[in-house]
Amino acid sequence: MEITIIKETEQGSKKVNFSKQTVKEILEQLNINPETVLVVRNKEVITEDDPLNDQDTLEILNVVSGG
Amino acid sequence: MQCTKCNEKAVITLQHGNLCKVHFINYFEDKVFKTIKKYQLIDRNDIICVATSGGKDSLSVLYLTKKYLDKYKQDTSKLFALLIDEGIANYRETTERDLKIFCKEHNVTLKVVRAKEEFNYTLDEAYPIINEKTKKKPCNICGVWRRYLLNKYARIYKATKLITGHNLDDEAQAIIMNNFKANTKLAAHLGPISGIEDYKLFVQRVKPLYFCTEKETRLYCLLKGFQVDFTECPYSQQGLRASVREMLNDFENKYKGTKQGVINSFLAVLPLIKANQIKTNESKIKNCKTCNEPANLEICNACKLKEVLTNG
Repeated sequence: MEITIIKETEQGSKKVNFSKQTVKEILEQLNINPETVLVVRNKEVITEDDPLNDQDTLEILNVVSGG
Repeated sequence: MQCTKCNEKAVITLQHGNLCKVHFINYFEDKVFKTIKKYQLIDRNDIICVATSGGKDSLSVLYLTKKYLDKYKQDTSKLFALLIDEGIANYRETTERDLKIFCKEHNVTLKVVRAKEEFNYTLDEAYPIINEKTKKKPCNICGVWRRYLLNKYARIYKATKLITGHNLDDEAQAIIMNNFKANTKLAAHLGPISGIEDYKLFVQRVKPLYFCTEKETRLYCLLKGFQVDFTECPYSQQGLRASVREMLNDFENKYKGTKQGVINSFLAVLPLIKANQIKTNESKIKNCKTCNEPANLEICNACKLKEVLTNG
């Protein structure tokens, strides 16, 4: 499936080919520690175990303070 | 995923289960209020200064302090927010604007203290001069200025408590950093109530978010709809703290409860560390000979930086 990733800390978005199922697995693929981010889909926060669907757009929010 | 307590959709997975928006907000607020009560962080007669930067931690702690005062029918007019403007271009202006809106919406007095007015230099102006002479990094200068100005102006505005937004991640990182450097003197100053002994010129610093993780705090802000700007400080750097943060997050990901374990084991020995510091008298506070503010040595760190700026 194809997932669109928007990172809060970066401009624009990127499309990622994903062959597994969950938020946790796509974060692993992106080399992102789940402890450091929140994941939002359609303005709703989703958990690490939530399954993803083809053409989902995920917003990755950084939880570490910017200062 | 479904909330462990109801049929709603979960927004976070914690060690003890999954929570939906409503149950997470209740859990977070309850944890903060229990911390305030257990460690007696706020007294009915306190005049409370909340150190605010406009970031997620300080907005959450400001909002929750006011909510706590409302809940227990304490006088909210004794609460005010204090922002230190270090003078970092294209950074502080944004958070100051958001903070002003937040304080207006929540009916909290906001006081702003600017480094330029106190030290005659912004951080942007002071950093190249100080760095050339002392090799100090911007975060060292900023930290000294912020601690100095927060305490001085909290006291000038008659505060009896200075609330900071330090969270569980900040504290766990500080504990590990002090361990790595064998710095028990600094470790003795940690805990939900900062410092070792009362000192007349020090406003007691307290940390209501002590048991809240960075992730929980960001989620709380998001769910409450607080406007938080995530512009990174232009001086943000990858020092020891960043490495320790990454290490702790890696451990937390593999072994849930690691950060809480660091905090709990530290709190178990903290009374001994504090008692030892008092016994050895190593942390006796003096008055700075130049400005009369509290200092560990004859001259406080802020005045030492002033000297560098004036004399080179």
